[in-house]
Amino acid sequence: MLKLNGLRLLHYKNSQNAATVDMPVPKIVRIPMAQHMVAPCAPVVKPGDEVLAGQLIGDSEQAFSVPVHSSVSGKVKAVEEAVGPAGGLVRRVVIETDAEQRWIEGRPRTVTSQRELVEAAREAGLAGLGGAGFPTHIKLNYKDVDRVDALVINAAECEPYITSDYREMMENPDGILRGIQTVMRCLDIPRAFIGVEDNKPEAIALLNQKAAGTNIRVEPLKSIYPQGAEKVIIYNTTGRIVEEGEIPADKGVLVLNVTTVANLDRFLQTGLPLTHKRVTVDGSLVKKPMNIRAPIGTMISDLLAFAGVETDGVRKALMGGPMMGTALDTLETPLIKNNNAILVLGEEEARPPRTTACIRCGRCIDVCPMNLRPADLERAYDLRDTERLAALKVNLCINCGSCTYVCPAKRNLAQKHQLAKGLLKRK
Amino acid sequence: MNPFIVSPSPHIRSERTTRSIMLDVIIALCPAWLASVIIFGWRALLVSAVCILSCVLFEYFCRLLMKREQTIGDLSAVVTGLLLALNLPVTIPLWVAMFGSFIAIAVAKQLFGGIGQNFANPAITARVVLLAAFGGYMTNFTAPFDYAGADAVSAATPLALLASDGELPSLLQMFLGVKAGSMGEVSALALLIGGVYLVARRVIKPITPLVFVGTVFLLCGITGGQPLYQILSGGLLLGAIFMATDYATTPSTNWGKVIFGLGAGLLTFLIRTYGNYPEGVSFAILLMNILTPQIDKLTTRKPLGGKKVEKHA
Repeated sequence: MLKLNGLRLLHYKNSQNAATVDMPVPKIVRIPMAQHMVAPCAPVVKPGDEVLAGQLIGDSEQAFSVPVHSSVSGKVKAVEEAVGPAGGLVRRVVIETDAEQRWIEGRPRTVTSQRELVEAAREAGLAGLGGAGFPTHIKLNYKDVDRVDALVINAAECEPYITSDYREMMENPDGILRGIQTVMRCLDIPRAFIGVEDNKPEAIALLNQKAAGTNIRVEPLKSIYPQGAEKVIIYNTTGRIVEEGEIPADKGVLVLNVTTVANLDRFLQTGLPLTHKRVTVDGSLVKKPMNIRAPIGTMISDLLAFAGVETDGVRKALMGGPMMGTALDTLETPLIKNNNAILVLGEEEARPPRTTACIRCGRCIDVCPMNLRPADLERAYDLRDTERLAALKVNLCINCGSCTYVCPAKRNLAQKHQLAKGLLKRK
Repeated sequence: MNPFIVSPSPHIRSERTTRSIMLDVIIALCPAWLASVIIFGWRALLVSAVCILSCVLFEYFCRLLMKREQTIGDLSAVVTGLLLALNLPVTIPLWVAMFGSFIAIAVAKQLFGGIGQNFANPAITARVVLLAAFGGYMTNFTAPFDYAGADAVSAATPLALLASDGELPSLLQMFLGVKAGSMGEVSALALLIGGVYLVARRVIKPITPLVFVGTVFLLCGITGGQPLYQILSGGLLLGAIFMATDYATTPSTNWGKVIFGLGAGLLTFLIRTYGNYPEGVSFAILLMNILTPQIDKLTTRKPLGGKKVEKHA
């Protein structure tokens, strides 16, 4: 059997034993209308409106969109435009919270068919919570329901530092399993695999115990980055290779993040959509690493204040993990659905290293999980050789960052691949 | 003013740098270096100092002249200088050593763009050029422990003895390095220690050295030669461990390394057995250096799930 390349990283799972702490409602939240891939939502509330926690505040006619709900009760103060972490302008609904945190009336429901499941996932406001933010209802709404025969639950959590999925597994194993069974029932999928990296033995043991006697198998995976990348976890749990241009369903596989499936179950049990998110707060400047469940739209500065983090020395703040996370330009950025960690780093880790000439050591080739040749891709991009970029399959790059990480010349290989993808697209 | 550093992911980097790799190679060469001083005396130290210093200076001036970023800090010129020195007989005139350094750094390395861009191993190229231009100086070997330096009485290497049916040193002497030869090639023990260090530090993969030496051993065995003497003789271990594993000039894929080792082993055997020169390791590596881009192309792995790569002009 083929062994995929990967990288051994230090895990830094400092927060793994930090049980989730609920953050009290902050004074103000700014809820972005785009917390998912593709089409942003338009606000359905206007300044002056009173809203309840869980109330719909943004929606879109477009299929590739996920509705947005208020995470707090209070009064809409404004609808503003601001630059999001990805660089584009994003509309945000600003809500001044009242002290009461009144909720909408939740209506628990049962789903039995693909159509009902898809509707529920959309109403729940679910987008891939592992970080990608792909609309969950789109993923569940694949054509020809019979072709998928395996559900893969991505609980690898292969990024250093992050433990928010781990806490979900430790604190809500029953919900996770119920959610998995619901998906299996609605989509008529006979078996499921929960892929967990073996640096989380307690989660593996707990889920194993809960899953006994079901068609759900807990699959311990080697702690090799990027174990949680979609194509990697599909291969390492089911042995199937998703080819170029295919979606996992083409190979009979559906992949859902473990926290996504848990929130799907939460919605079915309570009727309350996704309004809060657990994030790991860690990094070299954090004395006490924590897992905090905070209302979506909470400003990162408020979150860090709650976590007791001194922000004076912060030179880099990350949304997500150190391998694939986004560097923020300001802490005045709201928390969104697919955030699973906020990491703050000091001067020493933040300083970008000096880049020197490629010595063709081949380390990037040895770690690329997609079997690409990162240094060759960089050279082709520098020459703007689109033909060669296409031949070397730059579009298969998953931007896991392994090549940049190992490069002794400290070249920004993954960044060049992203630029190359853009170049090919424009052409 | 915004104090945050915004950069693309990943935000963490491995500890490895080009300089740390080169430093590891230097450390790995130290046992052989030390052995050369013990076996051939203080002049070995002088020759290596001249090689290292001239390599670093040539690199410095080349970069200056080409108006490129200064690269002597990455220590690769030190590695080249040391390797070149270990490839020379202890009797070599110092100006020849300097000329070799010029060939290695200015011609083989910097004219092609510096570190990572050269297609042929600089130290090997220099050795081959010196061998062709100064055959007498390059084969003026002295007996071990004859510390007279440049004035020492010349002695034949085991490979020359093998070719002329002379009396060979014992296998233990061969292994420890009590024999005539280039400064750094004589002590198999010292070279193996360096090789193990490089593999343990993950600077090199053991594939190429094992296949290279294994091929020579097998071919000699099959043709009724003296395989143990062959692999302990000449520059085979020095070349296989330290030069056939050079990053820029050898294949980057694992199967490519196997092919490189096989090819270099076969060529070494052919030159040693049927060629005019008693030694063929440098020629073998140099020839395989030239084939490296083709080997890499031949052994490129298919990207995971990649559809057939369409041919392009």
